Amino acid sequence: MNKERLTRWLTFGPPFIFMVVFFVLPAFIMVAASFRFPGEYGGLAPMFENGTWQFTLETYRFFFSDFIYTEIFLKSFFIAGLTTLICIALAYPLALLITRVPKRFRDVMVLLVVLPFASNFLIRVYAWMIILGPQSAFSTAVNSVVTAFGFEPVPLLFSPFAVIVGMVYVHLPFMVLPLYTNLEKHDPILLDAAQDLGANAWQRFWKVTWPLSLPGVYAGSALVFIPVLGMFAVPDILGGTGDILIGNLIKEQFLGTRDWPFGSTLSIMLTLAVLAIAALAMRYSRKSLSHA
Amino acid sequence: MALLELRNLTRRFGSLTAVDNVSLSIEAGEFFTLLGPSGCGKTTILRMIAGFDLPDAGEILLDGKNIAATPPEERPLHTVFQSYALFPHLSVADNVAFPLKMSKVSAEETRRRVAEMLDTVHLSDKADAFPHELSGGQKQRVALARGLVNKPRLLLLDEPLGALDHKLREEMQIELINLQRTVGVTFVFVTHSQPEALALSHRIAVMNEGHIEQLGTPAHIYGQPVNRFVADFIGDINLMNAQVEAPGETSVHLAVAGLGRIVAPAPSGVKPGQSGAFAIRPEQVQIGAEDELANLANRFTGTLRDFLYVGDVTTYKVELANGTIIRALLPNTSSGGRARFLEMGDSVTVAWPAEAGMFLHE
Repeated sequence: MNKERLTRWLTFGPPFIFMVVFFVLPAFIMVAASFRFPGEYGGLAPMFENGTWQFTLETYRFFFSDFIYTEIFLKSFFIAGLTTLICIALAYPLALLITRVPKRFRDVMVLLVVLPFASNFLIRVYAWMIILGPQSAFSTAVNSVVTAFGFEPVPLLFSPFAVIVGMVYVHLPFMVLPLYTNLEKHDPILLDAAQDLGANAWQRFWKVTWPLSLPGVYAGSALVFIPVLGMFAVPDILGGTGDILIGNLIKEQFLGTRDWPFGSTLSIMLTLAVLAIAALAMRYSRKSLSHA
Repeated sequence: MALLELRNLTRRFGSLTAVDNVSLSIEAGEFFTLLGPSGCGKTTILRMIAGFDLPDAGEILLDGKNIAATPPEERPLHTVFQSYALFPHLSVADNVAFPLKMSKVSAEETRRRVAEMLDTVHLSDKADAFPHELSGGQKQRVALARGLVNKPRLLLLDEPLGALDHKLREEMQIELINLQRTVGVTFVFVTHSQPEALALSHRIAVMNEGHIEQLGTPAHIYGQPVNRFVADFIGDINLMNAQVEAPGETSVHLAVAGLGRIVAPAPSGVKPGQSGAFAIRPEQVQIGAEDELANLANRFTGTLRDFLYVGDVTTYKVELANGTIIRALLPNTSSGGRARFLEMGDSVTVAWPAEAGMFLHE
């Protein structure tokens, strides 16, 4: 009996302690911070002062009193959703292609997909500043087409377009890899069977390959959608002044206006929103995949 | 007109000719089997009929029309794959409904025909189950139902019983025969298992190295193999080199290596001096004491070296004085075990009548 308990503790103890120290505790600190007052020069005001506990709901009231915050949330979710969809559209053909090339090219292609990680993230985003900048060959080419149709030249950089391009570029590998891992496991005989039973190329994709790849699509979507929501570097570098997202807003509270309680509130709202979406997605995917 | 006709079908892979000038025709309603060792080209033929592979030469005619240019999805025939290839994301009913949906059958009609088909293969209670919840035999039946539900002209079966265990395989053989009789669809069956081919087929094409060695009914293939390969591949057989000595009206004298002079049924068109092989099935060889078998034309004495008791029958291995081994098979009809309680080393006589065995041309 004693030995059994020891085994149980040795098995579940370390991960339990890990989760408490690195997840529950920080989350708890953040929740507590959101109910406190900001310190005079940033940070937090003391919790216990003048003989009373200093807690307030002010930050939450503030969040809901101005629609601008909800708007930024909605805009961020829209950008994250759009980025995810574009990533699926770009990554799917690539992942499919990697599974179809001869085995010896496959590893090379996967390596090429992850190769950008070898250089610094910020440098890669700054590179897009040059590519999309007004003097770049790309901008010149785009604008020569635009002016040929009689329109005013458009600035590509510091626009929502640039933010989307940057987001898609940064997160594309996170979509390609789970998709490839999933598609690689498909038994090719299933496509033969579908064809034999009367399915044309289009039907073979939509009736066999696509439904079987949904776990990969979901995994990739989670890996793209959630980080994009919190991303502040890309909008900072490539976006215009109107293109700030939740990530920028939160960063601003901690580094700029130094309102930690409000920053914590924003973080909590973001976490709750992501959890809600994840719960919905799980319910939906469990319904459609409980048997796959 | 034959339902399916193969004319001079040839398929090469590099320097290897997998299918070499094969011609055959299959009638509607037939259970036709392509039988042969692995690599004999039987699966390649099946893939060409299904459309997954294209012949280098020759024609495939379905109802008299060449289907060479028709892609697999448009050929009015289906395949049952060895691994079943059931769609893991679809329920049993949806798997069976797949070909109906592809050919745009109405939802109501689809439901009706799926229910009917599942009933035929005794899987009505598993309609909502998913493939991973089924046993091997059940998966097999789903694959059959899926292949038969929209009444194809032809059902191709690629070693469909290969993945099942022995007991289940025998059950499925009987089910397959009944199913084919019920639905009336022509079956083209590929297997390397000769008992399976004999048990199931109306006709069998025995294949070897890309060509057909013999085509006929199971009894014909087993009883009158045309050459050494077929005789050896189908069932167990005693096979020895032989030379024709004196051909007569109904019987022939043969000089058999290791046996000497024997009398055998006369095959058509043999000349004295012609060499070939003498073949006799173990069940045609009798075994006993010299005086019991005195009325049989061909008698040899030897020593019992080995026996293999498999329940219903026992195979005895008798070694003659010159070292030749003759195998004899006896049914164990008495309830007490083996038919004859012969011990290793016993001196015994093996014998067969003049009408048994056959001479095979080279």
